[in-house]
Amino acid sequence: MAQDKALVELLYSLADDDFILAYRGSEWLGLAPHIEEDVAYSSINQDMMGHAVKFYSILEELGEGKADELSHLRAPERFRNAVLLEEKNGEGTYLEQPQFDWAFAVVRNYFYSVHKKIRMQSLKQSSYDPLTDSASKVLIELQYHLMHWETWFKQLMTSTDEAKRRMTAAIERCWNEMDGVLTLGPFAEEMISKGYIASEEEMRRKWLAHMEKTFEQVGAHLPGELGMTKGNGRQGEHIEDLNQALSTLSEVYETNPAAGW
Amino acid sequence: MTIEKSFDQLTEEEKYEHFLNRIDAGEKIEPKDWMPDDYRQSLIRLISMHGISEIMGALPEKEWVPKAPSLHRKLAIMAKVQDEMGHGQLLLRVAEDLMEPLGMNREDIMQNLFSGKLKFHNVFHMKAPTWGDAGIIAWLVDGAAIISQSMMLDSSYGPYARALKRICAEEVFHAQHGESIIMALAEGTPEQRELLQDALNRWWTALLMFFGPKSKENASTSHVDKNIRYKIREKTNEELRQEFFTKYVPRIWSLGLTIPDETIHFDEEQGLWVYQDPDWNEFKEIVTGNGPQSKERLELRKISYDSNAWVREALNPTSKAV
Repeated sequence: MAQDKALVELLYSLADDDFILAYRGSEWLGLAPHIEEDVAYSSINQDMMGHAVKFYSILEELGEGKADELSHLRAPERFRNAVLLEEKNGEGTYLEQPQFDWAFAVVRNYFYSVHKKIRMQSLKQSSYDPLTDSASKVLIELQYHLMHWETWFKQLMTSTDEAKRRMTAAIERCWNEMDGVLTLGPFAEEMISKGYIASEEEMRRKWLAHMEKTFEQVGAHLPGELGMTKGNGRQGEHIEDLNQALSTLSEVYETNPAAGW
Repeated sequence: MTIEKSFDQLTEEEKYEHFLNRIDAGEKIEPKDWMPDDYRQSLIRLISMHGISEIMGALPEKEWVPKAPSLHRKLAIMAKVQDEMGHGQLLLRVAEDLMEPLGMNREDIMQNLFSGKLKFHNVFHMKAPTWGDAGIIAWLVDGAAIISQSMMLDSSYGPYARALKRICAEEVFHAQHGESIIMALAEGTPEQRELLQDALNRWWTALLMFFGPKSKENASTSHVDKNIRYKIREKTNEELRQEFFTKYVPRIWSLGLTIPDETIHFDEEQGLWVYQDPDWNEFKEIVTGNGPQSKERLELRKISYDSNAWVREALNPTSKAV
């Protein structure tokens, strides 16, 4: 059993963020705006799912349980991902009447990728070696994700009026929840004092600086105060969308977790 | 230069003869080369159908991507379905080059899909209600695809042959991925074996249909004959189906599964598999868009096409804001 609560909590937030967002991304498969994007987005989701596997594996080594069980069988309140990342892609489901919002996909992934880069750069200096190793590997792939989403973000912000209108709505929506991604949660102090990760304030400042630059390039302004209106996922607060996500992704596994699949 | 000029001076008949000589000599035809109109039309029909089938084929498996029963399986099936989309993209690019002189592009391909003019493979009209189906699709549908695509690896049309080389290499991994899912289920609990057997029962007829009808009464075999003459393909539908049986029937039996056709057996005298023919009228119904899941799959494609119209418009350089 792991004794270091701060470390375990940090690992859960890293693993769950990638796992849940990759899951939402996988729901887009076959539904992206064009075929080339379907291929590219799917590749990014595989990478993210792969990153989640790395972090779940560290948890497994720490004695938290099997990676498959951690990802497929935990109760929603034990998930530590940010609420923004669990939100549905839009109306309908991935199987029926999917009215998915591409602007939301672009903004959510872009905001998240910028933060993930800052977070991984900090973890590269972590006092905990398995984190340092993982972060270095993640950063190589992440660089492409970031380029991808930044290209989409800038392109859609500088094209038609409709695109701009949809993007602005998505930005506002993500901005109101982004603090849930940026926060380290109740164990922040210990995570920082043990040298696992940089402070929330430092990472938030870097994120805002990056955003300010991007927004300026597309002739837009930052929306104002960041928010976290739907709950703090880092302390197990979630919305109904997570229940739906978890019951879908564990549908087959939970029929018999003891069986080989 | 002089050679090109003299080629231009040839009559249509002479050009056609020159073309057939190239085909017979095993040369590859490239997009800018002269080709008879029916060769171009055959290729467009074949390759756009193949490409769009890859894309529509992602949909039944996609249903199982988020639900795959472990982290490892999730990663594997994500990669697999992504490959299929990639194949679709690759093939549509080949088809687009062929369509360009006719003033057509991808928009036409999509519109033809929605209108039902462009058909996709019968197998992707079927329902995939369980994880067992995900295994059967990857193992046997991809296995069937490898067999039918391998005979075109030496296709006379260069870009198609090259695309198929890459596709077949990846399909081998898919079939292995499928086999691995199948093995886990076959060696698993009684419920898992049942899941697998049910899926096989559901897919068997569709797999037979995959290669197309054998008799002339049931098929537009003029296409097949012409494609063989033009060395676009090498074998008939029935030859391919027999290859499929030879490769897979023993494997299916060795897993202890039952093929839902009591009559199937290898006839030593004829050197052929004898089997229960599927209902080819049903096949026609399926590929003309009246299969069990045809409407839903097309609807899904259409919804995403329509709800993303604003994105495509935004990417069009002419719509760029001042």
